[in-house]
Amino acid sequence: MDVVNQMQRQFVDYSTSLHREGILDDQFTQLQKLQDENSPDFVVEVASLFFEDCEKLINNMARALEQQGVDFKQVDASVHQLKGSSSSIGAVQVKNVCIAFRSFCEAQNREGCLRCLQQVTHEYSLLKNKLQTLFRLEQQILAAGGSIPVIE
Amino acid sequence: MEVAGEVLQSGSSQELHVLAVDDSYVDRKVIEKLLKISSCKVTAVESGSRALQFLGLDGEKGSLGFNGLKVNLIMTDYSMPGMTGYELLKKIKRSSAFREIPVVIMSSENILTRIDSCLEEGAEEFLVKPVKLSDVKRLMKDRVSRGVTEEQEGRRVDKRKLEDDNLTSSSSSSPLSSSPSTTASFGCDVSISELLPSPPHSSKRAKLHDAD
Repeated sequence: MDVVNQMQRQFVDYSTSLHREGILDDQFTQLQKLQDENSPDFVVEVASLFFEDCEKLINNMARALEQQGVDFKQVDASVHQLKGSSSSIGAVQVKNVCIAFRSFCEAQNREGCLRCLQQVTHEYSLLKNKLQTLFRLEQQILAAGGSIPVIE
Repeated sequence: MEVAGEVLQSGSSQELHVLAVDDSYVDRKVIEKLLKISSCKVTAVESGSRALQFLGLDGEKGSLGFNGLKVNLIMTDYSMPGMTGYELLKKIKRSSAFREIPVVIMSSENILTRIDSCLEEGAEEFLVKPVKLSDVKRLMKDRVSRGVTEEQEGRRVDKRKLEDDNLTSSSSSSPLSSSPSTTASFGCDVSISELLPSPPHSSKRAKLHDAD
């Protein structure tokens, strides 16, 4: 049981650090609280949908920004969608880049948009890695017969 | 709440059937979970046109969905490609078969003119995303008390009066305490109460506190 306690502590520390680093906000905790016996994989499923969404939207933005005549409304529409999903999952870093991104779209500033695209791609990759680590820690705890601690 | 859900399952006439409309997969999944946890039956669709299809507004009559369940509440995202939530709201409120179904608008953007137009078109509430469990629970509470009042009075009660009542009950469960992330510096609050004397907008004001 000592091993399980260690893993649980590791999970709590890791989870807390993600919040402290400003990568995740309270909305993620809200989602974790919604997970129950009826939907034990709820958070993983939502995260997977989010990653799929991110990839699709980032591709859309990249393609739109490559055009000779950039359709900034189209880029903005994708950024708006990404801002929405990231907000729903608690991916606050991604969301913040989206907010800046929208300003550049409004200003029709291609350079600014490209910079934001780079940033959003970076933040998304970072988040994906961190969440995958978090989910792995959860799996390890469950496999060892422990339960996932609730983070307040 | 989860245990109560089990109990309510058997008396399924008590369960609200909610039609959720949102083009985002992530948001659909989240709202579906929030509603299920609140003991509702959920049908989640990705667009306004799919919602109208489900309601049978594009051909057949009646508010029976494909599986024959009456829709008690519609929750729709505002910004959707094709038909916006606002346009869906208008279509529903202008249909004789469905105008009684309460419609709640959800939006990540906290724009006063948007909120105003939605409320004017007959939206029940305007929720700022991300929608929380406390928002859904409050909706359910309002729905249940309203349903009871309507039954007792045998007719649709004046909305304004109801919102007055809801204000007194909802102020005790302060939205501020249930959303720790809110530090809304909303300078517009004062001007709302000055410009708009009617109670429905005050309940809107309470919701604005939930904004980022």
